[in-house]
Amino acid sequence: MSSGTGAPADGTHDETLVLGVPEISRALTRIAHEVLERNHGATDVVLLGIPTRGLPLARRLATRLAEVEPVLDVDSLLGSLDVTMYRDDLAHHPTRTIGATHLPPGGIDGKIVVLVDDVLYSGRTIRAALDAISDLGRPRGVQLAVLVDRGHRELPIRPDYVGKNLPTAAAERVRVLLEEIDGRDAVLIEGAVL
Amino acid sequence: MKHLLSAADLERSEAIEILDTAAQMAATQSREIKKLPTLRGRTVVNLFFEDSTRTRISFETAAKRLSADVINFSAKGSSVSKGESLKDTALTLQAMGADAVVIRHQSSGAPHTLAHAGWTSGAVINAGDGTHQHPTQALLDAFTIRRHLVGDGGRADVTGRDLAGLHVAIIGDVLHSRVARSNVQLLQTLGARVTLVAPPTLVPVGVGSWGADVSYHLDEVLTEGRPDAVMMLRVQRERMSMAGGGFFPSPLEYTRGYGLDARRLATLPDHTIVMHPGPMNRGLEISADAADSPRAVIVEQVSNGVAVRMAVLYLLLAGETTNTKAVGE
Amino acid sequence: MTTTSYLLRSVAPLGGEPVDVLVADGVIAAIGSDAATRATADVTVVEGAGLVLLPGLVDLHTHLREPGREDAETVLSGTRAAALGGFTAVHAMANTTPVQDSAGVVEQVWRLGHDAGWVDVHPVGAVSVGLAGEHLAELGAMAASAAQVRVFSDDGKCVHDPVLMRRALEYVKAFDGVVAQHAQEPRLTENAQMHEGVVSGEIGLAGWPSVAEEAIIARDVLLAEHVGSRLHVCHVSTAGSVEIVRWAKSRGIDVTAEVTPHHLALTDELARGYDPVFKVNPPLRTAADVEAVRAGLADGTIDIVATDHAPHPREDKDCEWSAAAFGMTGLETALSVVQEAMVDTGRMSWADVARVLSSAPAAIGRVGDHGRPLMVGEPANLTLVDPAARWVVVPHEQATASDNSPFAGREMHGRVVATFLRGRATVLGGLAQDDADGSHRATGRTETR
Repeated sequence: MSSGTGAPADGTHDETLVLGVPEISRALTRIAHEVLERNHGATDVVLLGIPTRGLPLARRLATRLAEVEPVLDVDSLLGSLDVTMYRDDLAHHPTRTIGATHLPPGGIDGKIVVLVDDVLYSGRTIRAALDAISDLGRPRGVQLAVLVDRGHRELPIRPDYVGKNLPTAAAERVRVLLEEIDGRDAVLIEGAVL
Repeated sequence: MKHLLSAADLERSEAIEILDTAAQMAATQSREIKKLPTLRGRTVVNLFFEDSTRTRISFETAAKRLSADVINFSAKGSSVSKGESLKDTALTLQAMGADAVVIRHQSSGAPHTLAHAGWTSGAVINAGDGTHQHPTQALLDAFTIRRHLVGDGGRADVTGRDLAGLHVAIIGDVLHSRVARSNVQLLQTLGARVTLVAPPTLVPVGVGSWGADVSYHLDEVLTEGRPDAVMMLRVQRERMSMAGGGFFPSPLEYTRGYGLDARRLATLPDHTIVMHPGPMNRGLEISADAADSPRAVIVEQVSNGVAVRMAVLYLLLAGETTNTKAVGE
Repeated sequence: MTTTSYLLRSVAPLGGEPVDVLVADGVIAAIGSDAATRATADVTVVEGAGLVLLPGLVDLHTHLREPGREDAETVLSGTRAAALGGFTAVHAMANTTPVQDSAGVVEQVWRLGHDAGWVDVHPVGAVSVGLAGEHLAELGAMAASAAQVRVFSDDGKCVHDPVLMRRALEYVKAFDGVVAQHAQEPRLTENAQMHEGVVSGEIGLAGWPSVAEEAIIARDVLLAEHVGSRLHVCHVSTAGSVEIVRWAKSRGIDVTAEVTPHHLALTDELARGYDPVFKVNPPLRTAADVEAVRAGLADGTIDIVATDHAPHPREDKDCEWSAAAFGMTGLETALSVVQEAMVDTGRMSWADVARVLSSAPAAIGRVGDHGRPLMVGEPANLTLVDPAARWVVVPHEQATASDNSPFAGREMHGRVVATFLRGRATVLGGLAQDDADGSHRATGRTETR
């Protein structure tokens, strides 16, 4: 699930830094190796980032995969999957902007699709992503990589690769900031407003 | 945005949002599975008091591609279609639970009346009212122009872009054309320059306040104005007779002065696209050569229409509305 | 039977110095210090400090809809509304069903007005049979009837055939009648919905060009000059029409003109919301036209204000614009609109108001007992108005049976406090003085000419 807007802390919230720059980097490197290990290389692997912050995370993962196995080409690995039109909660929020869906040149049929998102929470975003994938093609398998798993699942969805497990209270808010979008890397937990 | 009644109601940012959303919708329409679950459970009513198979099918396709349920109501307006039937029809549809009503009516202002009279609580989409507005037509026209002239024929990403710097010529019966009115407003909102070309009898009083240039001389506009897009409007033959108002003396004279033929086509810059909202009078306002030429995007306009209408339905219906606000909010 | 007498204390006749006025035995019995002394013990006192006394208002142009469209208004409901608006006489236009084109029908309408008792009803006779614009109606018979018709009009439609207009202008000379023209060239206004201008072009409604009104007025004033007749022009709405009337008067042509309250106050911008309450014929025009008719009323080019009260049932207005009927109600709001547009802005005095809403229309209609000077001995057809009052128009609470007021929700300036018809209060304390059956039994309608 995409986290909040990434606006700088306004001082009214109790904010804790959970992951900083080095921790995020190490987590992504580890995940990249895990992807390669689990899938015996990355020949048939496709990384689909879920907008907004899943996109730069997917690109970083793709870059690391290509660093480890130079035969891989980042642009052939990478794609984006907008799930807005498959969400089940559209009517309960203001109208959402639809993001772009781009599949890599080889498509997804017969491939291992690794969905990449920043925060896994209720699992509904991933449920929508699975529906979106099934309308786009027939992958051989679908795996899930998230930077943060904050618990509170409402559906039987589980991640294959996790950057950090972060047990949270429902009232707390997890914010992921990324250099490409927010100007810096950080994972923050905000407590309830005092 | 609760209703789409007129291009005049769209701010630049709203118009661009619709075009960008339409681009995403268009992308889904090139897949094998064209259907999306987004509006499942919503009911869209097509309320067409004027015959129009093309527009109705376009809206119906758009709604079905988003998994909405579609109810078609068509009432021929040949007898005096009094407001009583508009009101009573609207109340009936409301009782059936319409989330959106797409209305085409021969009376200018009927969609406005429907949206504000309190007869229906759904979103109202104007599919053409009298000689007033046809906003989704203007949106699909703008989408088509943007795709070709800003997006290099679809090769470049045009998200967030407008039509600044482009010159569009709209040619034909401006006086009676809701397509013209919607386009003049929307094109200017998106930063384009518009020139209207018509015989003096087919230009409305007060057109000077529209912001567009007006010319009675088509050749001059084509050769000196160098428009990037040429939009031909349908001219009704009936308007030639005195019973129809006597607006021009003969079809031949009209075509000689204002028709797009191969000769005029050749005077255009290479990149200029030829557009027509349809249905065409081949040989009257547009010759077969022009309609079938490679620069004509008329068929593409039709398919873009589905994507644009999907975008409008999505933006009006998918988000939180007063009908769907969650309890406690 | 005893008749009530009224002592109007400290009222300002035509807005002048406050003075007491005694109304008794159907006439103005006394003005000034002896009003109080001559009052009998059972006199009804009306405290009039701050109130302006006017001669009873006379409407030269109203639609009472009966016979034929009683779902919109009846002579009873319409005249009751007129009394509340300060009127003591109204001219009921001929476009009823059946049309008022014969002695029989005009006498029927005259009698309905008489029996209702709220105001004196003067039926207008149609110029052409059935308003079809082809044959002259029996104007002479209508003039000689009990209704004593003097004003003839096909209003609703234009007498567009120049030969028919010429004949009518000539024919009415025999009985001092006047033809009141609804100036609208029909071919230029086929299916027209609103004023032809910037707004109509933008909102896609077929236009009603000013020239369609002006061209007919220009033709008619020249015809009137040629045959030596008097002409009255209904509901002047454009700047060009005012200029033509002004020119005609400067040539000595015997033409009079009227303007409606809505043309003094409202513009075509109101059509943008497609609310048919603003759909009227002639249509609302531009701000420049509104200014021109105001100026014309102030300088006398336009002689009178007439309401063109046009009630319509809800079905005819609760629909899309092009399906809606043309017309607005106006009897109960006319005086307030004139006060706000002309008196409060300093362009007219109350004496001028008395002229344009009472004495001048009475003169044009040859109505001898209305629009009289406020002097002892004159028939007590009077209106008492509170200029400081402010009230909001709530259409369904109005006395008129129809709700199509363009002033709904608007705060109005000035209110009629009392109306007297031959010395009897039809309205007192701002309220209609109803008898049990909704009529008002004013006694003794004398046929005066």
